[in-house]
Parts: sequence; structure tokens; C-alpha cells
Amino acid sequence: MEKLLEIKDLHVEVENNEILKGLSLTINRGEIHAIMGPNGSGKSTLANTLMGHPNYKVTKGEIIFKGQNILELGPDERAALGLFLAFQYPHEVPGVTLFNFLRTAVNSIQKKRTGEDIEKDRKKSASSILQFSKKLNEYMKLLGIEESFSKRYVNEGFSGGEKKRAEILQLAMLKPDLAILDETDSGLDIDALKLVSEGVNKITTTEQSILVITHYQRLLDYIKPDFVHVLVDGKLVMSDGPELALKLEEKGYDWVRDQVDTSIIN
Amino acid sequence: MNTDILNIDRKETYKQKYGFFDKDTFVYRTKKGLSADVVKEISGLKDEPEWMLKFRLRALEIFMKKPMPNFGGDLSQLNFDEIYYYIKPSDRKGRTWDEVPEKVKNTFEKLGIPEAERKFLAGVEAQYDSESVYSSLKGQWEKLGVIFCSTDEALKNYPDILKQYFGTIIPPADNKFAALNSAVWSGGSFIYVPTGVHVDIPLQAYFRINSESAGQFERTLIIAEPGSFVHYVEGCTAPVYAVDALHSAVVEIIVKEGARVRYTTIQNWSDNVYNLVTKRSAVYKDATMEWVDGNIGSKLTMKYPAVYLMEKGAHGEVLSVAYAGDGQHQDTGGKAIHYAPHTSSIITSKSISKGTGRASYRGLLKVVKDAKGSKSSVKCDALLLDDTSRSDTYPKIEIDEDEVQIGHEATVSRVGEEQLFYLQSRGLSEEQATALIVSGFIEPIVRELPMEYAVELNRLIALEMEGSVG
Ligand SMILES: Nc1ncnc2c1ncn2[C@@H]1O[C@H](COP(=O)(O)OP(=O)(O)OP(=O)(O)O)[C@@H](O)[C@H]1O
Ligand SMILES: [Mg+2]
Repeated sequence: MEKLLEIKDLHVEVENNEILKGLSLTINRGEIHAIMGPNGSGKSTLANTLMGHPNYKVTKGEIIFKGQNILELGPDERAALGLFLAFQYPHEVPGVTLFNFLRTAVNSIQKKRTGEDIEKDRKKSASSILQFSKKLNEYMKLLGIEESFSKRYVNEGFSGGEKKRAEILQLAMLKPDLAILDETDSGLDIDALKLVSEGVNKITTTEQSILVITHYQRLLDYIKPDFVHVLVDGKLVMSDGPELALKLEEKGYDWVRDQVDTSIIN
Repeated sequence: MNTDILNIDRKETYKQKYGFFDKDTFVYRTKKGLSADVVKEISGLKDEPEWMLKFRLRALEIFMKKPMPNFGGDLSQLNFDEIYYYIKPSDRKGRTWDEVPEKVKNTFEKLGIPEAERKFLAGVEAQYDSESVYSSLKGQWEKLGVIFCSTDEALKNYPDILKQYFGTIIPPADNKFAALNSAVWSGGSFIYVPTGVHVDIPLQAYFRINSESAGQFERTLIIAEPGSFVHYVEGCTAPVYAVDALHSAVVEIIVKEGARVRYTTIQNWSDNVYNLVTKRSAVYKDATMEWVDGNIGSKLTMKYPAVYLMEKGAHGEVLSVAYAGDGQHQDTGGKAIHYAPHTSSIITSKSISKGTGRASYRGLLKVVKDAKGSKSSVKCDALLLDDTSRSDTYPKIEIDEDEVQIGHEATVSRVGEEQLFYLQSRGLSEEQATALIVSGFIEPIVRELPMEYAVELNRLIALEMEGSVG
């Protein structure tokens, strides 16, 4: 089995506070992992660190992605290598349409991956724009996003749920090897949750891996994890099969704290 | 918005693209500095009627007396004695590009003007240093009575119309630089659009400075008769020299009842140009004036296109974008003066500053007593690309009438780390991400432009953002 991502003893500081305190995790190609954990335990910190946010300082440990140490790579290079993060709080880009944004993203990732600058070649660019539009419309339909959204400015005035759908649309278009979904379920209504998570299943293949961050079991009813990990205070304190999520829902994090040796938490 | 902003070859510099120059292209120039003799010489060379010489000399006196403006940017380094006030590039002027001297023609070809003319323009005026070297107007418009020529030609061929309007909207005494222009003006465009005629594709002028230490003082006059429409576009560039150049234009526009004029500027001066321009329009009953002003480059630009709303129903808009890169100061904005009831104005200003660049919004909104039912909205947004750049706003509002609707809004934002990270996580480099944010920021203005100019404006800003100018 191909090791896609290997995190070894990761320590991360934000503004001089250590948030991740020795986290290790391996994700093989095609696997789905879920991370659950109380508010403030460091889930988004892990996601941001993996994606290369400049404010998250790795003080110790390693991140190996596709056999390559990616700690020195910028976020754009990580994206080109095949990492994707669906944000917990996606940002607005006023004046830039979702269409243009995605097209720019797809082209620059393609350019970084293959060295080919599609926009330099008029003919290719024209045919690729057609293909692009077709695909975009297809995925938007699949995710229940209205066609007019591609002409709206990125996340500007989107409702919470619409933002989350737009994140998954980006995931669909960018086709990463590893997609990190940071609380994609929050903000989605019950029907949208079903639609979007089924959408995630449709747009991803067994060649892609997913790291799902969530607070609730219900997302995992659709996106079925192979492994569930519990993150408490900057460390993974429990890892098991999908049944762990059900147990957590039932028993809460105090149960986790009772189960594990508190010395490893503090 | 378009993605072309990202397609440019980022190694291409202003210097290569616009900053080239030809040596010794002039056939005549006055000696450096300004005096009554120089003014007489210019007028004599042009074989002007007596009234114009008098107008010039009176303007020179006003210029000498008037103090430098006490607002705007730093003019202390501008040395009036070090400028050539008149540089004549050629003895002849072309109606076809083949009649234009080789070197000059090559310059405009490099700048893409003949190509643009073939593709999407109704007519072109090309000015090189002090004189217009080429004019054209497509036959269909000529037949309808449209006039598009240099202002010098208008003085010869349409002396009555010219004399009736010249200097009426911006008299020499308006400000020091209007006086300077009035004394030494040369070239510029003259446009006359007869009643009811709609020139529905743009007329374009291109102002090129070529010589070192050049002064360029074009004078533009546009008269739109009732119910007519015209869209005039001007572009400008200059070589990169170590010494300063001075560009000081005057633009007067008369928009008569029910007419509409749109005036678009895509200015792209090199960093050694002082750009001090007075632009004003008088807008009559139910008429509309729109200024779209893209200010890129220059050392210092001071320019505040104005709409004087003279009669009921007059509407004026100023859309201005300024990009202040390293070492540049863009002091720009707009003025709307409501002289009549039920007039309306919209001023929208967007500025971007980077590095040691400084962008200032300076505006005036004035509503006189009894201009009841007037409406105005002023909105200025500034975007800072880093911690060192600077932006300020000087909005002046004088309202002498109670029954009005006025809105004023100003925002300053900085390209944020989180926003950059978001875009970078989608594969965009930091440079691309910033460019995309900027293009989104100016989108409300860019979308007002015809496609070709929208592409051009985005491209020029992207070019500036590389910091490649100079
Ligand atoms: N940019 C930052 N600046 C300061 N503190 C931060 C920053 N990012 C995270 N933190 C802190 O790090 C800790 C972990 O935050 P993180 O966002 O990773 O939690 P989380 O597990 O995702 O929580 P939630 O379930 O609420 O989303 C918190 O105490 C948070 O305040
Ligand atoms: Mg979080």
C-alpha cells in the first residue's frame, strides 16, 4: 500500500503557543480518515499546517507527502503536489468570479504539475475553457449549486452552506490526492449534508484519500471512514475503526479522557 | 474581470515595452525654459490668428503670477526652466500611416495603435511630443458631420466653433497649470458631434512623449450637440529618462441637452513624468458625462476630473482607478458640482498602493443653494498591498441646500494574510494571488470599459505590480 501522507511527531506553534504536541498519523492512498475532537484541540491547526499556512510554525517533526518532505514548500506548491483543504471558514474574494477563480487555480496547478502553460496557447486555451465549463457545470449540478453561482464573486454573500458547497466544488475541479475537509458539515442543512457528502463520494475515486474533520457522526454516515482518530489537546489519543465515532457520539470526550492515560494529554 | 492579468510575461518590463525612445526625432524645438518669446515663437510657428496669441500671452502672465498649488503632491523638484515647451517631431502630418515619418510610425506600431484602429476604433489621433502626427476618422462618421482632428487643425479649419468654446470651461486663471497649458498648448483632440449623431465605437487619441525633458501640453475640446453620443479614449506613455518630463493637459467638454459623452483615460506614464491635468465638463439638461480614469505610472499625478451639472436632469459620473507603485504619488479623485435642481452624480474611486507608493483621494462635492432634489454618492476604496504603502482621503463636501440626498463612503483594506493563504492553497503563487485580489478590487471599474481596454488596464496594473517599471 502506498503511504500518501506520513506525519511524524509533529509539534506546531501559533503565536508562541504550542498547539500540536507530537502528532503522528499515516494515511495510505485511497483511505478515508476522520479526526474528531473537542473545540480548540487543534484540528484546524493540523489542517492549516498541512496546507502550509505561514503562521503555523512547525517546531519539530516531519510531514512527508508522496515521499517528499513538504515542510519547506509553500501552500501553492503543496496544492500542485496534490493537497487540498476545504476550509472551515472560506474567505471572500470580492470582484473575482468563482468561474475565473477556479479557472486560474486549475491552470496554475496544471502549469506547476506539467510545466505547460495552457493560456499561452490560444487554441488549447479555447478548447480547455470549453472542457472546463462543461466540467464545472456538471459538478455544480451534482452538488446542487445553481448555475448562476459561477458568475458570483468568490464566497461574497454566500450563505454558510453555500460556501461549504463551493469548497467541495473546488475539490472536484482540482482533483487532489489528499483532500482535507475541515468541518465541511457545519453550516449545511440536513438535505444539503446528504447531497454534499454523497457528492464527495461521487467526485472522489479510490485513488484519492480524504481526511475528514468533524464533530458529528452524521457526516460519517455518508463519507465512511476507514479510521477514526480522536485529537485532544494537540495529540491523537485514540484511533480505531468507524465504530469509534459512534461511541464518541454516545459517550462524549470525558469518556475519552477517562480511557487514556492523562499523562499523555498533558 | 478577466484572467489575462495572469498571462503576461512577467519579465517584460515597462522599459522594453513602452520605455524605448528615438534619438533626434524633432525637426524643431524651442530652447529650454519658458518666456514670452517662447510663447510667441510657438504661436508664430503655428501661424495662429492674433486672438490666440493674445490668449496665450495673457495666460503666461497669469501663470507667472499664480502660486504653486498648496495641495496635492510634492512639486518642489519640478524645474520649469529645464523643460522644452515645444518639440515638433515632423514637418508633415499623415492621414495614412504611410505618410507618417518612419521612426514615429514605428513607435506607434510598437504601441499597437494602427492595429487597434483597424480592429475597433472609429478614428485615431496620434500625438508625438508636441504635435499631432496622424489623424483619421472613418468615412461613415465624417459623412454624418462628425469632426475629429487635432486642436491646431480645428483652429485653422473650424475657427468659429473653436473660438466659441475654447477656454470657456477651464479659463486660464482656473489654476496655475491650466494657465501654463493655455500659454504653450499644442496638439490635443478636437471633437464635434452633431445633433443626434451616435458615434457608437470609440475614438482614440494616443499621447506619446519621446524626447528627454519634454513638456507635453495638449489641449482637448469636445462638443457634443443635443442627443449625441461619443466615447473618446486616450492612452499615454513615455520613455524612461533620468530627468523629469512634464505633462500638463487641459480637457474641456460640453455635453448639451440629452447628449452623452464618455471619456476614458488609460494613462501609463513612466516614473519621471509629472502629470498635472485639468479636466472638466459642463453638462446640460438631461445630459450625461462619464469620466473613466485609469491612472498608472508617473512620478506625481494630480488630476480630478470634474462634472459641472448646469441644468436640470444633468448626470455626471467619475470612475477613477489609481495605482501607486514604488516612488509614485497618485493624487486623484473627482469633482461634482450641482448647479441645478434634480441633478445627480456618482464618484467612485479605487486606489491601490504598493511599497513606497502613495495614493490620495481628493474630491469635491458641491451642491449650490436651490439645487433641490440633487443626489450624489461618493465612494472611495483604497487597497494597500503591504505595510509600507500609504493611502489618504481628502473629501471636501459643501452642501448649501437641504433637500438633497448625499451618500459618502470610504474604505481602506489591506491584502490579508488569510485571503492570500486561501488563494495560494488553490495553487496560485503569492504574486498571482495578489494580482487576482487587485483585479477583483478594480473589477467594478474595469467592467465599465470596452473589452480591449479592460484587458489593457488589467495588464498594465499587473505589469506595475511586478515592480518592473523604471
Ligand atoms: N491564528 C491563530 N492565532 C492564535 N491562536 C490560534 C490561531 N489558530 C489557532 N489558534 C489556537 O489554537 C488552538 C486550536 O485551534 P484550532 O482552530 O486548531 O481548533 P479546532 O480543533 O479546529 O477547534 P474547532 O472545533 O472549534 O474548530 C485554539 O486555542 C486556538 O485559539
Ligand atoms: Mg477548527
